[in-house]
Amino acid sequence: MNVQLRPDTARTTTSRLAIADCDIHPAQRTPRDLDPWMPQRWLDHRETFGAARRLGMQSGPAYPKSQPNASRRDALPPEGGRQGSSLSFMQAQHLDPNNVTLGILNPLGSGQGVANPELSAALCHATNEWQVAEWTSRDRRLKASVVVPYEWAEAAAAEIRLWAGHPDFAQVLLLSRTAEPLGNRRYWPIYQAAAEANLPVAVHAFGYGGAPITSTGWPSLYIEEMTGHAQSSQAGLTSMVTEGIFERFPTLRVIMVEAGFAWAPPLAWRLDKIWKTLRAETPHLKLLPSEYLRRQVWWTTQPMEEPEPRTHLLDTLGWMGWDRLLFATDYPHWDYDDPAHALPLPIPETDRQKFFLGNAQAVYGT
Amino acid sequence: MSRHVVAPTSEIPPGNKKLFTVKGRPIAIFNLGGEFYGMMNRCPHQGGSLCDGIITGLLLSATPGEYHYVRQGEIVRCPWHGWEFDIRTGQSYCDPEGTRAKAYPVTSEPGATVVKGPYVAETIPVRVEEDYIVIEV
Repeated sequence: MNVQLRPDTARTTTSRLAIADCDIHPAQRTPRDLDPWMPQRWLDHRETFGAARRLGMQSGPAYPKSQPNASRRDALPPEGGRQGSSLSFMQAQHLDPNNVTLGILNPLGSGQGVANPELSAALCHATNEWQVAEWTSRDRRLKASVVVPYEWAEAAAAEIRLWAGHPDFAQVLLLSRTAEPLGNRRYWPIYQAAAEANLPVAVHAFGYGGAPITSTGWPSLYIEEMTGHAQSSQAGLTSMVTEGIFERFPTLRVIMVEAGFAWAPPLAWRLDKIWKTLRAETPHLKLLPSEYLRRQVWWTTQPMEEPEPRTHLLDTLGWMGWDRLLFATDYPHWDYDDPAHALPLPIPETDRQKFFLGNAQAVYGT
Repeated sequence: MSRHVVAPTSEIPPGNKKLFTVKGRPIAIFNLGGEFYGMMNRCPHQGGSLCDGIITGLLLSATPGEYHYVRQGEIVRCPWHGWEFDIRTGQSYCDPEGTRAKAYPVTSEPGATVVKGPYVAETIPVRVEEDYIVIEV
């Protein structure tokens, strides 16, 4: 018999729910997919010099990813190409059967983190054109992210203004590993432009800041990178709170993507406690740090922490508030969360609906 | 429970696997050195398709710095979150007490036996001179 000790009550009730998926990764079919939107000057440049990222001597991601393209082995499109590169297969394997009514695209590996700032800007802009041409115009459920060259904040802000008001764009995309902590003044033009455009800023785990990926150096193992997203995202968020981003841009919405969320309550507790003793260092904060988090920050669900017993998650969700969580699968990546299994907890139907769809509709205004 | 003839044994060479639907259930059948094993094609963790996973071995370590790579070809790794299962028993290696992939008894039977029955062989034409994979569901 199938010994299934994990509660599976969600399967029947959630599998038919309409859901939002706030972290979908569309992939390029070939390395030349962005070329139609790249000026010849940058095509020649890339051909001659490549597109080095802020990552020391390495090419590709900092750590090997355990599955091909960091993606599900069962998500390879039948017509060939990388996982996530076929809209029709994404529809057949994920969007249709899981009843995804709102899918947020987070293209990785575009131009973000490319060391040459102008090449980074050109690649980011091409990625945005590509999202509209290949994805959002062909499936209205999908919404794009304004991918920006965040290390050059003025160019990033210009890219945001270029797409502001475009109905296909739902948010601005940053990666978590930036050259300086996310609250640094060099990034403020990005937050200003996003607030003016009424677009949330999503901070997706990973990226190429150039610094070691933990605060104490380069770890040996991929599991340390996976676990460490929680720490690096906390550092970024702490910087945003304490440097006054949320005080300066009170309408800004920030979404932390793919870094877990169970760390959020203790981070808020620590910030509040320490702020009360060091308040004079940050007199620009008018509210408790936790109040800014509660007002302006959301978290996507995948990868969900999996405590035993699983019901401990209910405590965490209670501390955060059910309205803070945005469901995400991370399709087609290998650590994908299946909506039928992701929340195997006995919870009221209203909270379940918010978790899977309502919160995302509220944040994205759809 | 009924016994179903799903394919000639030649359809799954040693070291390979194939997905079948028996009584409406997706079942991955593995050929492990000439012996056949069946497993519900749904990872007990979150439902990944085990038939799309790689067949691998177990890397064990008694202490940091010492490694033994054992049981090569006897373990299937889920294509989603990488959970490892014993192909013979469905036992999970990171949560052996709590999680187990459902295993189905599979045998290889000579065509002469299969022809006599009682087996369910809805779509498989059976020839006496071949061997067949038979699963009990």
